[in-house]
Amino acid sequence: MQQENNAHGHIVGYGTYAFIWLGLLAFTGITVVAAGINLGAWTVFVALGIASIKGLMVMNVFMHLKFEDKIFKIFAGVAFITLAIFLVLTFADYLFVR
Amino acid sequence: MAKAHVTSHEPDFWNVQTEHKGIWAWLLTKDHKRIGIMYLYAIVSFFFVGAIFGVLMRLELIAPGKTIMEPQTYNSLFTLHGIIMIFLFVIPAMPAVFGNFFLPIQIGAKDVFFPRLNLLSWYLYIIGGLLAITSLFLPGGPVDTGWTFYIPYSIRTTTNVIPALTAAFILGFSSILTGLNFITTIHRMRAPGMDWFRMPLFPWSLYATGWVQILATPIIGITLLLVMIERVFQVGIFDPSLGGDPVLYQHLFWTYSHPAVYIIILPAMGIISEIIPVFARKTIFGYKFIAYSSLAIAFFGSLVWGHHMFTAGMSTTAMFIFSFLTFLVSIPSAIKVFNWVATLYKGSIALEAPLLYALAFIIQFSIGGFTGLMIGALSIDIHLQDTSFIVAHFHYVMFGGAGFGFFAAMHYWFPKMFGRMYNKKTAIVAWAHVTIGFNLTYFPMFIMGYLGMPRRYYDYLPQFQPYHIASTIGSWILFAGLVMMIVNLIRGMRSGEKAGMDPWGGTTLEWTVDTPPPLENFETIPTVTTGPYDYSRYEIAAKEAQ
Amino acid sequence: MSGQWETQSVHLHRDDAGSRMGMWLFLFTELILFGGLFIVYAVYRYAHQAEFHLAAQELHSTIGFINTIILLTSSMTMAMSITALQKGNKALSMALVSATLILAGAFLVNKFFEWAGKFANGIYPGSPELMNRPQGEVLYFGLYFVMTGLHALHVVIGMALLAVNLSFIKRNVYTGENTVKLETAGLYWHLVDLIWIFLFPLFYLLH
Ligand code: HEM
Repeated sequence: MQQENNAHGHIVGYGTYAFIWLGLLAFTGITVVAAGINLGAWTVFVALGIASIKGLMVMNVFMHLKFEDKIFKIFAGVAFITLAIFLVLTFADYLFVR
Repeated sequence: MAKAHVTSHEPDFWNVQTEHKGIWAWLLTKDHKRIGIMYLYAIVSFFFVGAIFGVLMRLELIAPGKTIMEPQTYNSLFTLHGIIMIFLFVIPAMPAVFGNFFLPIQIGAKDVFFPRLNLLSWYLYIIGGLLAITSLFLPGGPVDTGWTFYIPYSIRTTTNVIPALTAAFILGFSSILTGLNFITTIHRMRAPGMDWFRMPLFPWSLYATGWVQILATPIIGITLLLVMIERVFQVGIFDPSLGGDPVLYQHLFWTYSHPAVYIIILPAMGIISEIIPVFARKTIFGYKFIAYSSLAIAFFGSLVWGHHMFTAGMSTTAMFIFSFLTFLVSIPSAIKVFNWVATLYKGSIALEAPLLYALAFIIQFSIGGFTGLMIGALSIDIHLQDTSFIVAHFHYVMFGGAGFGFFAAMHYWFPKMFGRMYNKKTAIVAWAHVTIGFNLTYFPMFIMGYLGMPRRYYDYLPQFQPYHIASTIGSWILFAGLVMMIVNLIRGMRSGEKAGMDPWGGTTLEWTVDTPPPLENFETIPTVTTGPYDYSRYEIAAKEAQ
Repeated sequence: MSGQWETQSVHLHRDDAGSRMGMWLFLFTELILFGGLFIVYAVYRYAHQAEFHLAAQELHSTIGFINTIILLTSSMTMAMSITALQKGNKALSMALVSATLILAGAFLVNKFFEWAGKFANGIYPGSPELMNRPQGEVLYFGLYFVMTGLHALHVVIGMALLAVNLSFIKRNVYTGENTVKLETAGLYWHLVDLIWIFLFPLFYLLH
């Protein structure tokens, strides 16, 4: 009767969480330092890139996405792609001369 | 298609004893069927309020100048008419009423996945609806911005914008919860053997709709919230005097509100796909195409919002992109129309009220769709934007399309829901009135729009009057037809003939359970072995007869 | 297969993956809700780059940094509390949920002082000081108040959810493997963290 209902059937250990937490702190440090360096237009993208990595860590481990059925990952993909499309199409207006 | 073991001694869901008594047995119910019925009553009531506003506007327009109301009243009327018809009628109509009632039965489940959340959606709907109606009477006066709440007027006007925005916000939330519930239900609760491609097309359309509800509705939620915050706290977001960009508001508004058109039309298309095979006694043509085209419409439909803004001052590049994408979205819609027509071809057609509404849907939706392509083209739209051509176009899609889909569903599923049959002759007479009235009301608007009649005006130049008179007379026929239809249905509910288990010869699961269904639909969950529209025996018989 | 058993099973049957699926779907709506704000931010940042730079320098990146650490830590304690409950360690689970709550409270206290500081400097929506500034800065602070405010509102909602769960654990509502309610509450809490992960660099760092 071991966790028949628990699709991931997976109890994540405390150590894993602590490890991810340390990683998140490290990336927070990196993003603060990186923001201090003048990278011109790239600053935004570096900051957002680091934030995305942190986000993936939170989603995959803290939120157990890694251990869920494939369909959950597809869902998450659909949601993020939709948001990206909304952003890109809006910028189709702003990037060009009005 | 499947064997459901039916026992007739179980009380149906209308009469079943539950833990609560009297009215509470309804107000606290978690039964998807009762919730569906409660939605039905509420939605039809709001529809009639909206329709009366529409008829009043038409009456005002019968002659130039002031006829029965002040311009300010007219502004409020079209605003509330729009809000009610969009947010309280067409967006929730089909998912909330027929989705709730039939989705679980059609996929062989006993209820939706989150029954309590389902009830919460209903309460949110009612609260939002009542708020929209009370905003009429609060001091400040009824809102006059148009249902689109465009900036900067929605920040400047002194009317009750905030209650109306709050209502729309709450209604959006209700819609999201319904969508979320249905998607989870479809993923987790299909009966054994009911794989994706054995699912009827109505659940398919609800699935696609659910995704649009989940992914697009939050955008309007946050946008309306921003307008409220901006009005109350003077935060600079969209207001141009604080540096904001009103066009950005329009982008966000239509990022939701165009996909909302697909929230509206997809379930209606699903209903048409249910009705056509039953009344043509033929297996549906191109099942997979119809199923996939629902997803395609949901996807492409989310990319075309910019075509509402061709005259708002977008960049030319964006205008090309949005115009191009608009043409793409017509492809999956056309696929559906072709498949329906192909299903009808050489079928043994039974001209009952549900099919008549479905046929009117196909024709009117096609007119709406084609005129949509016209105004999706940049050069034509510049000329027609903000004329009554647009008003005619969206009534053809949302009323002649989705609204008629709703009426078709009401006549199709009525016997299953209420256990009785309406008077079929009266239903057809009412259909004739509604259809003729509808076309007489809106077709003249295409012509006068083309000639330059602006929308949202309570007055006009005398040369438009003949068209306006025709249109107003049309609205009377239309309204008479609607009243006839609803009276006929209410009579049927009270004292119609008792209906059997499968009065139309349908093959989907809802026709295998008792009429009306018992509390938990199925005594034993059926095991499904074939696809949904299996009319092969009719087709074989037809071949042999030749 | 008598009707009795079936009738009851409809409400007793549990499908944890389904419950989590529902929660994830809800989180996507939250994500897109904030996504709309990110779109507004992106458009205005693109249109008013210099003013956004200037205005961002007025925020205390130290407070932002501390709050980031606090939220990340609270996310960890949240995740651990589920493990504890799954392992049957009720006391530890309660301690960890309480820790999450305390951290959330600390976040809000910080946020309060941060906002209070802004108000004291005359920067609040519609303030005369703000209205005299260039429009890009008005927009920046408008978005700052709205986005961090809405986020703080989510923190409060998350805290309410956690408080309810705390009492459920205490009253032994969760028996055996029935931890899905705590898991879904946890998902919500992580979302609050997730959003902050993006808010932090966009408002506090990019100058
Ligand atoms: C009895 C039925 C109806 C009548 C007589 C009617 C009539 C009208 C009229 C006269 C207008 C105003 C045109 C203008 O001056 O711009 C209007 C606007 C509108 N109608 Fe209807 N209508 C009816 C049903 C519906 C339905 C079923 C829907 C939606 C499903 C709908 C949606 C709208 C919308 C969205 C507007 C635009 C409001 C605005 O400009 O803000 N109507 N209608």
